[in-house]
Amino acid sequence: MSDSTQKVINSLKKRHRKEKVFRAAGATAIGFGFLLVFLLITDIITKATPAFKQNWIAIEVDFQPDLLGIDGLDLTRLPKGDYRTVLRSAIFEMMPEVSGRRDKRSLFGLISSSAEFEIRNHLVANPADLGKKVTVWVKVDDDVDSYLKDDVVVGEPGIRISEKQATWIKKWVDSELIESRWNSEFFSLGDSREPESAGVKGALTGTFYTMLVTLVLSFPLGVAAALYLEEFAPKNRWTDFIEVNINNLAAVPSIVFGLLGLAVIINIFGLPRSTPLVGGIVLTLMTLPTIIIASRASIKAVPPSIREAAMGLGASRMQVAFSHVLPLAMPGIITGTIIGMAQALGETAPLLMIGMVAFIVDVPGGITDPATVMPVQIYLWADSPERAFVAKTSAAILVLLGFLLIMNSFAAFMRKKFEKRW
Amino acid sequence: MTSSTLIFVVLFLALFSYWYGIQRSIKVAGGATQVKKLVSLPRQFGLLTAMWCGLPALIFLLVWTFFESTVIEALLVQSLSVEVQQLDQSALGLYLNDVRLLSDSSAEVLQKADPDKVFAAEKLLEINRDAAWLKSGLVLILCLSCVAFIISRFAVDFRARVYLEKIIMRVLLACSIIAILTTVGIVMSVLFESIQFFSSVPPWEFLFGLEWSPQMALRADQVGSSGAFGAVPLFAGTILITIIAMCMAVPVGLMTAIYLSQYASERLRSYAKPMLEVLAGIPTVVYGFFAALTVAPFIRDTGEALGLSVASESALAAGLVMGVMIIPFVSSLSDDAINAVPTALKEGSLGMGATQSETIKQVLLPAALPGIVGAFLLAVSRAVGETMIVVMAAGMAANLTANPLDSVTTVTVQIVKLLTGDQEFNTPKTLAAFALGLMLFVTTLALNVAALKVVRKYREQYD
Repeated sequence: MSDSTQKVINSLKKRHRKEKVFRAAGATAIGFGFLLVFLLITDIITKATPAFKQNWIAIEVDFQPDLLGIDGLDLTRLPKGDYRTVLRSAIFEMMPEVSGRRDKRSLFGLISSSAEFEIRNHLVANPADLGKKVTVWVKVDDDVDSYLKDDVVVGEPGIRISEKQATWIKKWVDSELIESRWNSEFFSLGDSREPESAGVKGALTGTFYTMLVTLVLSFPLGVAAALYLEEFAPKNRWTDFIEVNINNLAAVPSIVFGLLGLAVIINIFGLPRSTPLVGGIVLTLMTLPTIIIASRASIKAVPPSIREAAMGLGASRMQVAFSHVLPLAMPGIITGTIIGMAQALGETAPLLMIGMVAFIVDVPGGITDPATVMPVQIYLWADSPERAFVAKTSAAILVLLGFLLIMNSFAAFMRKKFEKRW
Repeated sequence: MTSSTLIFVVLFLALFSYWYGIQRSIKVAGGATQVKKLVSLPRQFGLLTAMWCGLPALIFLLVWTFFESTVIEALLVQSLSVEVQQLDQSALGLYLNDVRLLSDSSAEVLQKADPDKVFAAEKLLEINRDAAWLKSGLVLILCLSCVAFIISRFAVDFRARVYLEKIIMRVLLACSIIAILTTVGIVMSVLFESIQFFSSVPPWEFLFGLEWSPQMALRADQVGSSGAFGAVPLFAGTILITIIAMCMAVPVGLMTAIYLSQYASERLRSYAKPMLEVLAGIPTVVYGFFAALTVAPFIRDTGEALGLSVASESALAAGLVMGVMIIPFVSSLSDDAINAVPTALKEGSLGMGATQSETIKQVLLPAALPGIVGAFLLAVSRAVGETMIVVMAAGMAANLTANPLDSVTTVTVQIVKLLTGDQEFNTPKTLAAFALGLMLFVTTLALNVAALKVVRKYREQYD
């Protein structure tokens, strides 16, 4: 054997070891990716599960007309009664052993502040119960709710339940007054400062209106721009400039679009702050590059033979573009649009700039009502100190991720179903 | 009529003129049987009429909306007393704001208010009413006269299609110019506000000052709120978090791309690609939540167990999670770069007896390097501009430190904090946000242009 062959053979072992190490590093990187996705999703799902349940408590309410301060005959005055007093006396009657002002106050704090409205709604719906003693289910306070759900002990950081309160709660649980129910209000209520009364309906409606504005503006504009650039634009500096602009806009940080919205759309054009209209316009400007780039790629993929055949039969360039190229490119354009919309759906930063971060309880009724959107709602709840909001935030994230999943799978389905190789 | 109803009216009129145009063209031809005489199709006549009906009116409406508030304000001020007219800019703004509020108020409020302002509010309502009438009237007249004009030109040899296509072409061109308008709008908005900011805070103080505390003193005798606008701590914080993110994203992203394109089986690839898409599709606010509530406490507890003092909003937590966000970005761009290397190079190397990893390290990566560098630059630009993760997980304190366990703040965090909440618009505090926005825009633009240049150069080598 020659010298160099010997050298190669000697080094082979080392080289193969290096190969193995390198390969293992690659596999680790992929495994790390899978681990991250797994961690992220399980973390959010575990945190979210408590939010889908809510603990309710049965209270024997005595609807005495004189306690309510209303005349028993005039039913129209029912909603204006003093339900707070009725509720207080019902709770204190239920727990006769509690005495002293401080204890009574801390006992009353265990019931949600929405409880008086719940018993009011009960009486308004069942006026026959006036003067009777009835069992009404009301929500417990969020601190009690998290205490019951999270399997924790008094004294842990973040638990705002005292020893005394814990014994009262235990008494309720033992006498089966507490019931855990599916939290449907999470989807039917607007935002609230009280975690047990906070829902995502306001944010979902706001998201719907914002996305509607975005879609109505960005789809026609994007398709028109792509069609012009791909089919009609002469190759000159001007169109090059437009192209460079579009590519650069695609990489501009989203928050800068928020600055644009604040300075131009709100302060110069005077459109109303915090509204889906402004939010939609800002998101349109942000998603346009995505839609234009995807649409151009799709239009470019339509083979020239189609255009030539149409032109050969006497169609004008405009007719070729609108009746032949555009329908064939449509699946790709729609896929691109969905991806752009999914991006817009998850976007938060620019909307903070234009004031969609305000605390809004009412569900918006149109594109010019103040509103917030899902991602901003998540941001707001994540900032709230109450323990129960962690679960609410995670649940809202799950809802948002659900929508994104639907949109992206639809895009993937479209791509698979209509993808054509010419 | 409000603008939105007016838009619907115009659209309805346009629909009607489409039908009307078709009917007229058939009549011009001399009945339904004679339609072939026409140079263009009746449908094209109809579309042309609809365009003439709708477009001028909508453009007019748009222009009107832009100038309405300014003109109305000027008219209102003119009709008010001389004292009001001589108020300075900000006092006038406050006065007009009161007037606007009053014009929406109930009679009870009006009784208690300053009679001068009540008079002004009534005047404002009057002007608004007149303006609304004028707007509706002009729009409708415009619609009808345009339709009448185009109908009057209908003839057998009227080339409706050619005119129609010319109009459509203009509309398409206008749509593609929106991209340029957006860029111009961004540059103008950040530039103007920044120039205003730099007239009260000198640029060198902003660029090289070491102290950032944008709280302005509300009263002259207030202590502790000097209003220092030295942005160096913000730049340092941004750079620190970006470096941490890159340390996470580049090795993982690059190795993922290499493994997927060179080693992985078809099956693994069919799982790994969607996994990367999931990572890429998760909204940044979710990453922010994850960073703030899961990663940051974990790092703090681990640090404490090791005897280190870790801030609860450490740069490390925000940086790591941002790195995770960027992994799919780096990986897909590097994948493109690696796949663009001609197979001949790879096969040549393998044929000479190099192992696969040697081929990758000594042939593929050097050949793909420009593309990978481009990907790296784009990823840096992403990290610098990322907002939600740092807003939720990084701190507010403008510390000038290189310790990743400390809390730092970034440019984007400060923009958000300066601009959310109600405040006067023209204080240096809010203007500072636009100056930071300008820095951000310029930085990311430079990074993108550089990345594009590098990638272009690379393409020239192999095509």
